[in-house]
Amino acid sequence: MPRPVQYNTKIKMVELPEGYSGEGFHATSFDKVVGLARKNSLWPLPFATSCCGIEFMATMGSNYDLGRFGAERMGFTPRQCDMLLVAGTIAKKMAPILRQVYLQMAEPRWVIAIGACASTGGIFDSYSVLQGIDQVIPVDVYVPGCPPRPEGILDGILKLQDIVQNESLRRRGSDVYKGLMESYGIQ
Amino acid sequence: MSLTNEIVKQRLTDKFGEQLTEWEEPYGMLTLRAPAEMNLKVMQFLFDDEQLHFRFMTDLTAVHYPERKDEELCVVYHLQNMIENVRLRLKIYVPVEKPDVYTASKLFSGANWMERETYDFFGVNFIGHPNLIRILNVDDMDYFPMRKEYEMEDPTRRDKDDQMFGRG
Repeated sequence: MPRPVQYNTKIKMVELPEGYSGEGFHATSFDKVVGLARKNSLWPLPFATSCCGIEFMATMGSNYDLGRFGAERMGFTPRQCDMLLVAGTIAKKMAPILRQVYLQMAEPRWVIAIGACASTGGIFDSYSVLQGIDQVIPVDVYVPGCPPRPEGILDGILKLQDIVQNESLRRRGSDVYKGLMESYGIQ
Repeated sequence: MSLTNEIVKQRLTDKFGEQLTEWEEPYGMLTLRAPAEMNLKVMQFLFDDEQLHFRFMTDLTAVHYPERKDEELCVVYHLQNMIENVRLRLKIYVPVEKPDVYTASKLFSGANWMERETYDFFGVNFIGHPNLIRILNVDDMDYFPMRKEYEMEDPTRRDKDDQMFGRG
């Protein structure tokens, strides 16, 4: 007896950006298309040093499944990735390494600080711990929690997707952005 | 006959006499104090003596006593006789202005990294150490963090003020 075939009909597609549609074509602005493509194909680079990394693994796993949001493929080389996820305590001795990983990523690149330690140093108010990774690299989204639930990490990634989608194509060449990079001593 | 604390103490007193002081036995572990310049002589005797045979260094660390004048830094050696399973704690005191101690790394190879760690955190200057550089902290750190000279919280943090912790 053949098995009944089930088709998944509840597929949710990305909305078409606003524009002018006709038969066989859709005209819209370039940055909307680029934003759409970037938003839904973020390549995560996990930089997990402690317990937030465990929560991040749950986020990537089948229960929470970051793949639903187009960020399926982890790249374990910074050169392929555009979303750096720093999950965990960063010691001061680790700071230059984190900075080097960030520098090796190609533009455009975004950073999420997952958890209290990556955001502020957390409970480790100590001589050996970096008091927030924004002391060495610019951060786009901070996820609070100690450690944050996978839902929290997903929420942070959705927030980053909004940032990515609405980012102007000229932002990375702007004087404001150059000033931000210079304030971190990059370039 | 098993090696007891009394025998160890008797052997050491026979050899060094009144120079060893502050004999204690907290939790059954024999503890004594030696003059700072005699640390190697005492350890060499404990190492070589056929009866004592303390040939393993379990631990080496330091303690900072800010209130003790001219003997602020205490270097603590934990030695063990692995045949009889007897442990011993040897303490020496040095002033924090001139924390010079002879290295034990020639006698116990394991002391090499432990002395580097003690230097890293307390700034004890181990004379004769082959490579006395920082081992755990960042190389450009310009202070010794475990000395009791510093405030508890990182002074580089601007987001924490006393009012937030109810002690303003």
